Amino acid sequence: MSKKPLEGIKVADFTWVWTGPTSTKVLADFGATVLRIESKVRPDVWRIQPPFKDDIPGPNRGAVFNSQNTSKMSCSVNLGLPKGKEIAKKFVAWADIVADNYAGGAMDRMGLGYEVLKEINPDIIMMSSSLMGQSGPWHNSPGYGDQLTAVSGISHISGWPDRIPGEVGFYTDYIAPRFNALTILAALDYRRRTGKGQYLDVAQHQGSLQFVGPMLLDYEVNNRIAGRMGNRDPRGAPHGNFCCKGVDRWCAITVFDDEEWQSFCRTIGDPPWTKEPRFATLEGRKENEDELEVLVTAFTVNQVDRDLMNTMQTAGVPAMMVNTPEDAMEHDPQLLSREFFQWRDHPELGSYRAPRQPCVLSKTPCQIERAPLYGEHNEYAFKEILGMTDDEIAELVIEGVVQ
Amino acid sequence: MAEKTEGMLSPYRVLDLADERGLMCGKLMGDLGADVLKIERPGGDPARNIGPFYHDEEDPEKSLYWFAVNTSKRGITLDIETAEGRDIFRKLVKTADFVIESFSPGYMDGLGLGYAELEKINPGIILVSITPFGQTGPQKDFKASDLVLWAAGAGPCMRSFGDYDRPLHRISQHPQTYFHAGTEAVVGAMVALYHRGDSGEGQHVDVSIQECMGFFPVGDWDLNRRYRPRGASPIPVNVRHIWPCKDGYVMWRYTGGPNAVRHSIPLVNWMVDEGMADDWLKNFDWQNFSHFNTTQDVIDRMEEQTINFFMGHTKAEMMAGAIKNRIMLYPVAAANDMAESPQLAARDFWPRVEHPELGTDIRYPGKFANASETPPVISRRAPLVGEHNEEIFVEELDISRESLAKLKQDGVV
Repeated sequence: MSKKPLEGIKVADFTWVWTGPTSTKVLADFGATVLRIESKVRPDVWRIQPPFKDDIPGPNRGAVFNSQNTSKMSCSVNLGLPKGKEIAKKFVAWADIVADNYAGGAMDRMGLGYEVLKEINPDIIMMSSSLMGQSGPWHNSPGYGDQLTAVSGISHISGWPDRIPGEVGFYTDYIAPRFNALTILAALDYRRRTGKGQYLDVAQHQGSLQFVGPMLLDYEVNNRIAGRMGNRDPRGAPHGNFCCKGVDRWCAITVFDDEEWQSFCRTIGDPPWTKEPRFATLEGRKENEDELEVLVTAFTVNQVDRDLMNTMQTAGVPAMMVNTPEDAMEHDPQLLSREFFQWRDHPELGSYRAPRQPCVLSKTPCQIERAPLYGEHNEYAFKEILGMTDDEIAELVIEGVVQ
Repeated sequence: MAEKTEGMLSPYRVLDLADERGLMCGKLMGDLGADVLKIERPGGDPARNIGPFYHDEEDPEKSLYWFAVNTSKRGITLDIETAEGRDIFRKLVKTADFVIESFSPGYMDGLGLGYAELEKINPGIILVSITPFGQTGPQKDFKASDLVLWAAGAGPCMRSFGDYDRPLHRISQHPQTYFHAGTEAVVGAMVALYHRGDSGEGQHVDVSIQECMGFFPVGDWDLNRRYRPRGASPIPVNVRHIWPCKDGYVMWRYTGGPNAVRHSIPLVNWMVDEGMADDWLKNFDWQNFSHFNTTQDVIDRMEEQTINFFMGHTKAEMMAGAIKNRIMLYPVAAANDMAESPQLAARDFWPRVEHPELGTDIRYPGKFANASETPPVISRRAPLVGEHNEEIFVEELDISRESLAKLKQDGVV
């Protein structure tokens, strides 16, 4: 195996909860040395929130933490104490990249803003990922991913036209890490070429709006406000999730052109209704889509989702059973074949699975390691990185700087 | 419109062969400063037929979908299924840094343009392939659409969406799964670029959209062999998260305990100021309130007054009050709310992009980040069909105008 692609890159990681840790996981999985700087005073939410292995709480037992913090190291520093801040600054002097995802302005208030860090390490790349960015009237407004999903226009286009906006959870939390990571990596290349670091103020709101760009232009140009369409699509019919045999089992079926429609009809046995002229063209199917969906459902409801998917795919119709977590982890032939979830040994979990990165690089694939225990790398961080002595470390422990 | 300034990726050229599934990748690299050449089949990419359209005029040069995901690119037409087209493509590969494509697995190999061939032309080339299920595996040739890829997601996000009496649903309008993949592909491309800086070697980046849709946490299944069925609530009472207001909806939840200081108390104080909370709510014991130790009657009584209060205010008023009073409440924004957002205006989010062919300029959703040295910027609108053929074929590749005319005649460009 050749050298890991980001080997030698050092990251002082102040992130917590989801978006920040998921962003720095990219760097760690591809070989960067990522040191989490965390504390028990303000613990990472996913060190203390369920689900836990066997429902036994513990900072190293969380399902989410261990999946989103692979390949990293952890040291414990109380940033609320002046000495803790001094240590944080020493890690900044060591690092190439500093990352945080506090609400806008928080790192400044902690005395760890870019202007301060630049003095310590002039070519540092600092990436702050906040909901709204570091400036503007809403900049210091805190929030979670479901709230950002609402304010970024995504809740409004989720769900059914005859009901209130649908809840799609913490959806923007899954968009933001991609923008955080790609911005850091592009800035890293820029620094390698020019020697210049910089401050990256990545607003999760602005990244999320890249995913609704066409509808924002539709408003700018046509004054149209896009709304909810359930699963419908102007380019296809039938186009939906259809109920299958069993409890809450579904198969997505999407038919766009006439060829797919013919294949679809053959696959369900060419019942007479499929020959009705009103369903002969896409336009007709769109006009009569309510009835079409009822007729399709009458067929699918007696089918096993996996079998239906396979017969549809064999006939050339885009279709897919709707995976459950169990399906994705245990039974999806594609994900199993490509080893998307990877087994790792863990001192408190036994064996567990975490996702690798979705980009497979032919010469330098990511190599994940298990997530770190809380404070697992204190000795390495304080002795190897900062060159402290045992006595100095003992003093920090007594003073509560290292817990 | 901003001039093309130094960007993070300014020295690099990208050949963008991608269709609908990968257009976002080239857009983001272009906004980061790369020289992105969109290569379309003669006549133009089918994604130009995706609505909505400028003034609702269905025209391949007026697709707002196309506009949104092709900013900062130049455009040429080239049929790589012809021998001459492939020769020209190979010439372009010599000086390029990235090729982005989203054809079915094996298609590029079949044309003699797979990674093994491209690497011989240019050892540093980074080939980014975006496909529904990746380049390998038993389902690599399965047919897909956006909804199909929501269903296939490695972390089954869609499983948590939707009212229990209706089917699971995706997010409406445009294909989120393709946007995830196009964005993630930039991450992979950048890692490969960093590796190339050390080693000089390029590589093949295999992006599976199914895996990009693998973000939803499935650890509870892994550790404890369970997941929460759809419709099952983690709390014993029904509470609202999305509330009606005067002109739409807001997102808000009542919280007790130490968090009440940031949530419930300031909102109720605001309601009291406007005479919209009764004494019961005014004196409510937030410190001891929890969704686990209350009753539905209490929730209903609380919610009734709150709806009355919200119905007297617009989304914009609620957000302004939330900022002023430090309340974690946000509007459920529609397109017009974002267009009028004071935050996005203050962040200089909306550049005006010139469209000389339409005789106008259009306000675009702009940069995804501020950066102190090299901020992303939209350097130009999406290319017209073959707009830069002359610039690239004649001026750069030294193809004579006569030969170009012949290539056009033969349907190569």
